[in-house]
Amino acid sequence: MSGPSSNYDPVEVTPLSPDEVTRMRDEAIAAINAAADLGQLKAARIAHAGDRAPLTLANSEIGALPPQARAEAGKRVGAARGAVRQALADRTTELEAERDQQVLLTETVDVTLPWDRRPAGARHPVTMAADRLSDVFVAMGYEVAEGPEVEAEWYNFDALNFPPDHPARESQDTLFVAGPKEAGDGSGDPGHSGVVLRTHTSPVQIRAMLSRPLPLYVVSPGRCFRADALDATHSPVFHQIECLAVDEGLTMADLRGVIQAFVDAMFGEGLRTRFRPDYFPFTEPSGDVSMECHVCRGASTRAGGEPCRVCRSQGWIEIAGCGMVNPRVLIACGIDPGRYTGFAFGLGIERTLMIGHGVTDIRDTTEGDVRFSRAFGTEI
Amino acid sequence: MKLPLSWLREYAPVESSVEVAEIAQRLTALKLEVESVELVGHDISGVVIARVLSIEELTEFKKPIRYCRMATEDGHELGHEGNFGVVCGATNFAVGDKVALATPGAVLPGGFEIGARKTYGKLSEGMICAADELGIGDDHSGILVLPAAAPLGADFVAYASLRDEVLDIAVTPDRGDCVSVRGVARELAIAYAVPFTDPADAGLPAHAGLGGDLGWVSSDVRAATIADPTACDRIVLRSVRGFQTGAATPLWMQVRLNRCGVRTVSLAVDVTNYLMLELGQPLHAFDNAKVTGTIEVRRGHPGERLETLDHVTRTLDPEDIVIADDSGAISLAGTMGGLSTEISDSTTDVLIEAAHFSPVGTAKMSRRHRLHSEASYRFERGVDRELPLRASAKAVAMLASLGSGTIVPGCQHAYVEVPPTRVSMAEDYPDRVAGVIYGLDTVTWRLRQLGCATEHDRATRVLTATAPSWRSDLNDPADLAEEVIRLEGYENVPVRRPRAFAGRGLTTRQRLRRAVGRGLAGAGYVEVLAAPFVSAADADALQLPPEDPRRQALALANPLSDDEPLLRTTLLPGLFRVLNRNVGRGFADAALFELGLVYLTRPGGRAVPPRLRVDRAPDFEELAALEAALPDQPLHVGLVLAGDRELPGWWGPGRHECWADAIEAARQIGEICQVKVDVRAEAQAPWHPGRCAAVFVQASDGSQQTEWLAGYAGELHPRVIQAFGLPARTSALELDMSTVLAAAERSGPVQAPVLSSYPLATQDVALIVDRAVPAADVEAALRAGAAAAGDGTLLEDVRLFDVYTGEQVGPGRKSLAYTLRFRAPDRTLTAAEVAEVRDAAVAAASERVGAELRTG
Repeated sequence: MSGPSSNYDPVEVTPLSPDEVTRMRDEAIAAINAAADLGQLKAARIAHAGDRAPLTLANSEIGALPPQARAEAGKRVGAARGAVRQALADRTTELEAERDQQVLLTETVDVTLPWDRRPAGARHPVTMAADRLSDVFVAMGYEVAEGPEVEAEWYNFDALNFPPDHPARESQDTLFVAGPKEAGDGSGDPGHSGVVLRTHTSPVQIRAMLSRPLPLYVVSPGRCFRADALDATHSPVFHQIECLAVDEGLTMADLRGVIQAFVDAMFGEGLRTRFRPDYFPFTEPSGDVSMECHVCRGASTRAGGEPCRVCRSQGWIEIAGCGMVNPRVLIACGIDPGRYTGFAFGLGIERTLMIGHGVTDIRDTTEGDVRFSRAFGTEI
Repeated sequence: MKLPLSWLREYAPVESSVEVAEIAQRLTALKLEVESVELVGHDISGVVIARVLSIEELTEFKKPIRYCRMATEDGHELGHEGNFGVVCGATNFAVGDKVALATPGAVLPGGFEIGARKTYGKLSEGMICAADELGIGDDHSGILVLPAAAPLGADFVAYASLRDEVLDIAVTPDRGDCVSVRGVARELAIAYAVPFTDPADAGLPAHAGLGGDLGWVSSDVRAATIADPTACDRIVLRSVRGFQTGAATPLWMQVRLNRCGVRTVSLAVDVTNYLMLELGQPLHAFDNAKVTGTIEVRRGHPGERLETLDHVTRTLDPEDIVIADDSGAISLAGTMGGLSTEISDSTTDVLIEAAHFSPVGTAKMSRRHRLHSEASYRFERGVDRELPLRASAKAVAMLASLGSGTIVPGCQHAYVEVPPTRVSMAEDYPDRVAGVIYGLDTVTWRLRQLGCATEHDRATRVLTATAPSWRSDLNDPADLAEEVIRLEGYENVPVRRPRAFAGRGLTTRQRLRRAVGRGLAGAGYVEVLAAPFVSAADADALQLPPEDPRRQALALANPLSDDEPLLRTTLLPGLFRVLNRNVGRGFADAALFELGLVYLTRPGGRAVPPRLRVDRAPDFEELAALEAALPDQPLHVGLVLAGDRELPGWWGPGRHECWADAIEAARQIGEICQVKVDVRAEAQAPWHPGRCAAVFVQASDGSQQTEWLAGYAGELHPRVIQAFGLPARTSALELDMSTVLAAAERSGPVQAPVLSSYPLATQDVALIVDRAVPAADVEAALRAGAAAAGDGTLLEDVRLFDVYTGEQVGPGRKSLAYTLRFRAPDRTLTAAEVAEVRDAAVAAASERVGAELRTG
């Protein structure tokens, strides 16, 4: 660094002295840092970094210095102005953050306020259970088959190997559609109308066998009707779901396999199933299936076990009737029982809700109380 | 059916160490489901056989009271030590009679303890028991008087075999043979591999006046003939003479009848009931003196009448099967006897009838007369046709020995030969049904255990089984297969994992049906499933015009409730009732929907479906005839709204539901199903005539556009709201989903739009039109005008954002304010281009619906 050149220009420029530059810089930074809000900061910026600010003015004095002194003074003033800018930027950031925080704070709301502006909708648990049960079978390759609820007796009974005088055909069990007036035979016997409210979903099996190509794997959920009095466990209107497979070489071992797969999918892996003989006209051999109670897993039957409400401490829950399709049924559908065998498996949908979801009164499924459906939401 | 285990063990001697719970499990695994096991007699103690030594009548009381001295040991007679006093209110016994005495400390059924106590001024050291107090029957007419031979001092429970286990078995309808001790004991013997004694063979009175030949026909017995072999293929008559009137039913028989839930009536009736329970063969006892002429089994004569034992006079049907004598019908065969020939206290000659009646015939008859008896229950399910000779022989032998009568030797026996059922099957058929290899030996052995005779043809590998006479259910190879699998154990059938089959998943209809349910639930509607039964008054309450097809509801012949005898043709009445139930329960802001079938009579009424055969598939015409007899059953969607659609809250006021919500739901359903929905004002019951929209769905299949009427939506008619008691201004929708889904199926797959990223230009226009002009028409005109301008694609969207009526637009007019959105696919639109399309749109609106552009 060269000293002042008094021979060239003896005049000392006071504002450019190191002490003065330092003082102006410190004064500016102090003012900036002292600014309490963005308004004061703006004033400080104008005072210390604006066009009339001392450092700005000092900068414009640099040209008055002798050439050999300019570089040093320029560097000194430039450094000071840089420090002021930095302080200004820092303080701006700080004050903006403070301001923002203040604004957000005043905008705080009570997020726990309810927004129950539109009451919730829901699907009916029976519908959802039917869909879910169907999906288990659809995943195994079955297709969903449907049929009418008002059904010809031939589909509901005859083709399913119910003999003409089977007790199930009595009016105390079956709801009959009244015959056309002109066809009345005067006996008052409603059986003559030949049309019933289907008592099970099995007529859909017949329709499927008559209309679909073989092999056949279908599942049919649907509404059924019986002339039962309504009480906590019986409803004259209820829902069933049935699966039917007709193929070459199907055996009871295949039936058991599908039942086990179904139980695994619906109630979780590892529950045993129990298979006992039973009687249905449309299957031979016929059976009923129980599964190990998915709640107590049999603990309620052991000494000292807690009682189980779901299986009534039996350890087993009856879930379905099943069997190998009676060859007579195949014949009525034009299928050669020498070549094809089939199995069928059916259960009550309301019953699965009772087993799996603690429904204790079947009337809840028929009354339409919004609380019931809402509790189940839109998917089960 | 209730059966005591001791009776079963008599013919199937299962070791006594086997517990009843185990037996119940085994029987259940064999298809004889044991529903309950009741322990009887286990709670009785301290009852002994005692003799009445003396009777002192205490006369100072309102009713007869006796003070008796009793002895329980020989040598304790009066004047000796050991006898004691008991007070008794019954009078049906005499000095010297043996009775069941509950001594102090005894316990009777129900934990009823007997002590010594002072009563009627005497110390009573115990109680002389009536039958009901010992848990055998409900007879409380007097105390139980025991036979003179009853061992004095013996424990009564052991003496009368009171301690037992009663199995309640649910017999499946195919197993008529198991509605008896005989059938169940046979199964039990197989289950435990113990020798079975057939009660039909055991204890037959070979020499008791029957000459050793059960089938020997004697003219000393009243003659019997069969007039109709389809009604009855065997009848046997036997007689007992000199039957002692008032002979008592032995205690052991009373106990067994009671364990089976059958009341004691009289010896003759009790014997027939006892043998029915043991063998499964219903028997009828006539008072032979009241029968005239010969016995005939025939069908009822037209107009014929018969008063049955239940004192009901029945008019017979020509299909009824009756037992008749020369006077006419005297019994409803296999169902209930007639009053005129009933056994009475004075009967000395008893005529026993054992027959085999048609199962279908008895079933129809009992149904026709609503008369279901123990006998008809068995005949309906199938009775062994070889039993009548033996069962009747056992009956007369019992009556003779217990009632001190004399057997009339021989019988009358009418029958038609019925060949046994032979079933042939491939020897490995049961294996193929079960998926298990049993092998010929096992199959043969199992069928023989059941009483089948088997033949095997080595060349053809066919096994032929001849079913025993008691197994009328064995008719097909499948029946035989089930027997083998059942006896080998269903539990032993393996579990084979399913082989995947290539299914096609849900159909479009099935997917969309689910989607509509989810969509409506998401829009705040709650799904309900109303019962499909409606009242005859509903059609009027819905304000349906006389010719409305919804009035053509099908009726039920036997409705659950006389108030709701019809099947619904519309979902709305059911929804209304569910709505009212929810409102009544405090849920006044309700939005409900239902997806369900309605049942519509086909034009031209309905036919009775033909009765088709089942030995082959129906042909096309036959199936069509069945379908023609059924109503049309389309899937409908219905919904109702009441109260607030949006609730008031801290955000501000609520919004009451209105007609527009119902119509909006129709549009949502259309969106879910990817069909275009168009609504037009139309008056239709049960809606408000000025607030009802007809909902049309459109499918465009390529160039072809088709439109169907799907249903209606809007606010309900005030009179309908009043008639059903609904909340004011209730709105509703009902669409034929079958139509919507059909339109959806017709539509091709959704085509993706081309998205332009060029800037949007918007223009607002307010158009003044007559108030009657539908907004939809104005919008359609705007769109059409824009489509005719430029290249026809520049109008991206039109949205109505305000409707104004008032002074500024003049009376009978309204102002509709629209935002028009313009965008080009390939460039930024210029103001001139936008103005041109806008002007074309407005011009079209002006031309088509008389719209004036509102300025200022």
